[in-house]
Amino acid sequence: MFKSLKSRLAVLAVASVFSLGANAAQITGAGSTWVYPLVAKWSVVYAKETGIQVNYQAIGSGGGIAQIKAGTVAFGASDMPLTPEELTKNGLIQFPTAIAGEDLVYNLPGIKAGELILSGPVVADIYLGKIKQWNDPAIAKLNPGLKLPDMAITVVHRSDGSGTTFTFADYLSKISPEWKAKVGANTSIAWPVGVGGKGNEGVASYVQRIRGSIGYVEYAYILESKLDYARMYNRDGKLVSPSLQGFQDAAAHVDFTKAKDFYVILTDQPGPGTWPISGCTWQILRKDAPKATNEAVTRFFDWGFEKGQSMARSIAFGPLPPSTVDAIKAYWKQNLGI
Amino acid sequence: MKASEAARDAQPIAATADKNSAGPRARISADFLFRNLSAAVAMLVAISLLGILIALWREGWEALHHFGWRFLVSTSWNPVSEHFGALVFIVGTLISSAIALVIAVPVSFGIALFISEMAPRWLRNPVSAAIELLAAIPSIIYGMWGLLVFAPWFSNFEPWINDHLGALPGIGLLFQGPPMGIGMLSAGIVLGIMIIPFIAAIMRDVFLITPAPLKESAYAMGATKWEVARKVILPYTRTAVTGGIFLGLGRALGETMAVTFIIGNANNLSASLLMPGSSIASVIANEFTEATTHLYKSALLALGLILFVITFIVLVLAKLLLLRLDRMEGRKA
Repeated sequence: MFKSLKSRLAVLAVASVFSLGANAAQITGAGSTWVYPLVAKWSVVYAKETGIQVNYQAIGSGGGIAQIKAGTVAFGASDMPLTPEELTKNGLIQFPTAIAGEDLVYNLPGIKAGELILSGPVVADIYLGKIKQWNDPAIAKLNPGLKLPDMAITVVHRSDGSGTTFTFADYLSKISPEWKAKVGANTSIAWPVGVGGKGNEGVASYVQRIRGSIGYVEYAYILESKLDYARMYNRDGKLVSPSLQGFQDAAAHVDFTKAKDFYVILTDQPGPGTWPISGCTWQILRKDAPKATNEAVTRFFDWGFEKGQSMARSIAFGPLPPSTVDAIKAYWKQNLGI
Repeated sequence: MKASEAARDAQPIAATADKNSAGPRARISADFLFRNLSAAVAMLVAISLLGILIALWREGWEALHHFGWRFLVSTSWNPVSEHFGALVFIVGTLISSAIALVIAVPVSFGIALFISEMAPRWLRNPVSAAIELLAAIPSIIYGMWGLLVFAPWFSNFEPWINDHLGALPGIGLLFQGPPMGIGMLSAGIVLGIMIIPFIAAIMRDVFLITPAPLKESAYAMGATKWEVARKVILPYTRTAVTGGIFLGLGRALGETMAVTFIIGNANNLSASLLMPGSSIASVIANEFTEATTHLYKSALLALGLILFVITFIVLVLAKLLLLRLDRMEGRKA
């Protein structure tokens, strides 16, 4: 009985291998929820044009990294780049995909979208719990024209581990030595103060409901939900509004082409138009995967870099600068021979 | 427990009776098959339980070993420096569930009593159906309702709570905080609403099977409805009622989505129930996807193990409570 069961299982296994073989026109990926709308949008059009299905599961960057390390997917996506050492240790490579950004949103009676002005140090002090009132002199100094209410600040942050949190915390670490020492940057961090909402929608709904609150969400989400967003002073001391151009300026000032394994984080970059809290998503591949698999993945992203840019813009992702795309292609050639 | 022992004792007799009755062999073998099949299914439960326990233990061992007993008493949860402690979440789980019980038990008792004793017959079925429907609502819907409807509404009352309850000496500390509508108290209230159908349904079922002669005798002696409920129905159904309450408590302890939405997800302890907190299930749901290091993931799984142990302790306490009640009953008689 066991023997027959075994042989039947063997037949099943062989059959499934064959069906995989017949269905080679499929790429599987997993990871970042941030990049999910982009990969999903690209994959629909890509399937129509080439017949190749891209199966992407938005299980979170941590999950994406774990899956690609385990070799269960063809590519993993992460909002937090791996260090070159970690890549080498695990036989992985990584390259950036698209640029995005995030901003602070608030709920203050009488103060409309874009009216509030903030700076990195003030945001860090608010999130450290040092600035507690909206009419604090530090905020008032940045906003001479606004009548700031005498109201307690309720800090809102993400409760789930997220690349959005990583980018935000990385920015604050660069701006504030105290933040760097006390809190640091990761996809989840030990928040000194505040309440946590699940996902962008959780943070947005807390902010919309709690008077005197402040939170950070992805730019795409600000556009979609028409939230009251702040303007920020960037590293050059210029006052900027969040925009795709601002994210791309950030990318233009980091030289992706010079960084080993594209290990650069886009926050707090120089440049007059640069948006200070810009971020990026990386795709991670295995060096030892079958060449055909890696080729299928790189072809998909190559297609995305070339033809998917207007689609990316429509959902608030900025395209990579052409020099970076060239560098990525050279990187593929060097590491994968593709 | 006694009933099951009796059933086991009765088995051999039933088997002999079967053989003696010279029924067709097929019937015996079908019976044999059925018995083994049921045994196998029952074993499956035990095996999966054990499997889960072993898996949690193995995966959580790294964190438990690394932090030792401090894992249980530390309030720090810092994924950046990888210092993990479970106390904030243990406290959050226990407090939110306790609030839920304080709300759910009396309400469920009232509902069950109304259906079984007071409701006119035509109303009984619609109310019962409503309770069962409440039980079928997925917890994420409760979470969304809590966040989008209940929390904004509840935040209107929080200034009042601050001014009145918060001003009381001593317990006032529990009721001071910003009027956000989210936090430990809101999570407890929504949890309470979620477990009401479970507790109420069990109470209703057992209240309905309380023998009519018992109740009628009490009424005949001039007892009020409350006295009948308190002195006849409740003692008669005590075991099942306690079981129902603990079933609800078990659900409250492990509830994830709804709590995650409205507990506020702050990984620190605060005295006030109006402040945001975190529960074991909510922090696992929040952080598992992005737990990139071994120690981090292990700490989350160790939290799962702790929740498992808490639930186990709760069940044991329930059993002990029932045993004590039984013994007291024996002494009285």
